[in-house]
Amino acid sequence: MIRALILTVAMTLAFPAASAVQPVEVTSPGGIKAWLLQDETIPFAALEIFFIGGTSLDPTGKRGAVRLMTNLLEQGAGDLNAQDFAAARDDLAAQFGFASSADGISVSATFLSENRESALDLFALALNKPRFDYDAIERARAQILASQAASAKDPEAIAFNAAAATIYGEHPYGSDDNGTAQSVGALTREDIQSAYRAALALDRLVIAAAGDISAAELGAALDKLLGTLPKQGASLPPRAQPNYVAGVSIKDFPGPQSSIHFTQPGLNIKDPDFLAAMAVNEILGGGRFSARLMREIRDKRGLTYGVNTALASMKFAETMVGSLQVSNDKVSEAIDVLRAEWAKLASGDITQAELDAAKKYMIGSYPMRWDGNEIIAAILVEMQNDGISIDYPKTRNDRVRALTLDEVNRVARRLMRPDQLQITIVGQPNPTPK
Amino acid sequence: MMPQLLRNAVIFWSLALPAMAVPVTDFSLENGLQVVVIEDHRAPVVTHMVWYKTGGADEIAGQSGIAHFFEHLMFKGTDTMAPGEFSAIVAASGGSDNAFTSHDYTGYFQRVASEQLGEMMRLEADRMVNLNLSQENVDTERDVVLEERGQVIDSDPAALLFEQMAAAQYLNHPYGKPVIGWRHEIEQLTRTAALDFYARHYAPNNAILVVAGDVNPADVRALAQQYYGPLLPSKTLPARMRPQEPPQLSERRLRLADDRVAQPFVNRSYIAPERNQGDQKQAAALTILAEILGGSGANSVLARALQFDSDIALETYAYYHGTSVDPSVFGIGVVPNEGVSLQKAEDAMDKAIAAFLKDGVDEALLKRIKAQIRAAEIYARDGVSNLADMYGEALAIGLRVQDVQEWPKLLENVTSAEIMAAARAVLQRKNAVTGWLESGEAQ
Repeated sequence: MIRALILTVAMTLAFPAASAVQPVEVTSPGGIKAWLLQDETIPFAALEIFFIGGTSLDPTGKRGAVRLMTNLLEQGAGDLNAQDFAAARDDLAAQFGFASSADGISVSATFLSENRESALDLFALALNKPRFDYDAIERARAQILASQAASAKDPEAIAFNAAAATIYGEHPYGSDDNGTAQSVGALTREDIQSAYRAALALDRLVIAAAGDISAAELGAALDKLLGTLPKQGASLPPRAQPNYVAGVSIKDFPGPQSSIHFTQPGLNIKDPDFLAAMAVNEILGGGRFSARLMREIRDKRGLTYGVNTALASMKFAETMVGSLQVSNDKVSEAIDVLRAEWAKLASGDITQAELDAAKKYMIGSYPMRWDGNEIIAAILVEMQNDGISIDYPKTRNDRVRALTLDEVNRVARRLMRPDQLQITIVGQPNPTPK
Repeated sequence: MMPQLLRNAVIFWSLALPAMAVPVTDFSLENGLQVVVIEDHRAPVVTHMVWYKTGGADEIAGQSGIAHFFEHLMFKGTDTMAPGEFSAIVAASGGSDNAFTSHDYTGYFQRVASEQLGEMMRLEADRMVNLNLSQENVDTERDVVLEERGQVIDSDPAALLFEQMAAAQYLNHPYGKPVIGWRHEIEQLTRTAALDFYARHYAPNNAILVVAGDVNPADVRALAQQYYGPLLPSKTLPARMRPQEPPQLSERRLRLADDRVAQPFVNRSYIAPERNQGDQKQAAALTILAEILGGSGANSVLARALQFDSDIALETYAYYHGTSVDPSVFGIGVVPNEGVSLQKAEDAMDKAIAAFLKDGVDEALLKRIKAQIRAAEIYARDGVSNLADMYGEALAIGLRVQDVQEWPKLLENVTSAEIMAAARAVLQRKNAVTGWLESGEAQ
């Protein structure tokens, strides 16, 4: 699930510096902390609760346990079976989300002010009294087995999983958090209950809320939702020891195009060079049509529909990744261009004009992400996960403005590693790329 | 980032609704440009969109894909703007821009800081009339579109099935052609064809300007007058008279087998009426019907019968999107559990539909869906760019602002009797195309 994390990293540095509003830290009567951005304009609120650890907590031989458990949280709780629970939620027009990734479990709720208490009571039931009914387990198990089968025939997933296995080996990042048919097939109800106790605990919480809810109301809600969870969960995995294997590896897959996944070591978000590295990534393969790879591979040569790169600073490793899809007869040419761009950037050839354009985009787009209660709650959780202070946004754009060409080119030379660029191709490229 | 997003022919539509509490103003310029302003003053941001009333169904026979290809070419510069310069200006202020094409419309948008609105209008008005295409840029971009087709359609067996099903559903109407175009026709699209398409369809009297965000209507009117006002209307706009379908006499069936299929499924589409000016009640009933049959999760008709009361299905669904110029489709489908054949899945689906037609609407479920409709109006206020989409799309297919604003009430007022009448009219096998996606050797 490193791919999904990449998306959240893009949001990490998004915050409305220009906005007058400022989130505050709330501590519940029971001592649970959260960030809150209160805004009563629209009568609803979004709550985002993140439990650090997630699918990386799967015990040996039980890969998929946390994923299966998380998917079951909404499939029946308390006196309500899966259908009754869904009916109760829909009667309230509330929306709940339960998702697991390699870094954590994300539990979210969006609810109307007019029935906030009822919605939170129901949400609390899912968190505290999941039933894990046998029929629900079999339905959820079948869904995960189907996802595994789909990944096995999805060239992008094949490429991603192959690359992750090479780089991370036995670390949880090295295997699909859906597990295998064998591991998921063997999971028992007891395994699911163990995963529940291991993953949903008070010692690993990151929480944020946005919208029409006061600090006092949020505090009371947090105690109701989380107060009786275990104090301590399972211990987190160690940091990964990534092993990038430079060069091209090819996996045969039928179709007109190849899926190409490329990756190399990244940079930790706490590294003093991280912001400069974000600028380097923006210039190479960021969010603009004018990024170098888009210009060279798509605009000039028409080799692909889209190509991008991202820096992902995860809990237990950091990486730089990108992907594109290319017709089989043009894969070799696209790889040549990709390698050439990697080498150029590694030589530190960013121009002042390029840096200025990237900085303008980074500065201007910063306040624009502030788009809706659910997104804001997610951003506030990401900031806490990344160890960013609650008032970092006030200075962030000044830090971008202060980036110099020398600094960014120095970081480009440090970051870009043509000698460690690992390229995975899933398809039938012809001619065979080197 | 996926540039020039192509909206898929099949849209899985949820209950997205216009929010009555959001101020909406509309007017027209003398040259025929329709303008809609949606106010949201919570953040200093604006979405600026221009929707053209032209899409894949307005193409000349043999040139499938020209509407979408041309959308790409609109980023390739004008007499005074270099290729890519518009997007670079948007990015320089931190904004984002993109475009999309459907059978019925083509849209261009930017999301920028609100003080940039005038500049966006200047640039969008410029490319409405002053596009300057080099042969080289046309040739390269055609390759990009072929790669796009390769990625979005040809690499995805499910997309190929939906493409074939649309072609089978519409024997005569151009909704049977894929918006992105058939590969052999995309390969032959020329610069001249693109410029002809531009001359025929791109004019202020064939466009809708939607501005949503931190703006006031008077300022928008003044800016629109300044930048779009001077553009001359076209006197030769073609009428949107597409060849219509003959009555469908019998069900059409197809099976597509592909090695790359991991999850077989059965999909059924029925030809279905669309929303029209002052005449949206049947479409409203069908929208609710889709929720009842497959859109409302664990308690919808198909989920109950196939996922909870039996072990037939891994997933079930229903969809309907009535915001189109000509008749749309109503769809249902089943993804069977491991070991369940497509025939068995289809039989179970038909049995569930037959039982529904006999038993009628579960009133508790209907009440729940309507509660969600009312809530959707509140949630919608948190995303005015979605509201901009809703107004833009509706006006682009010929509805009025009034029709958009009446829609939520129409949904809330739909009765069980109207839902059942719509279901009986539409859910007939003789109106249907049934497709099976199977794993295995392509045949």
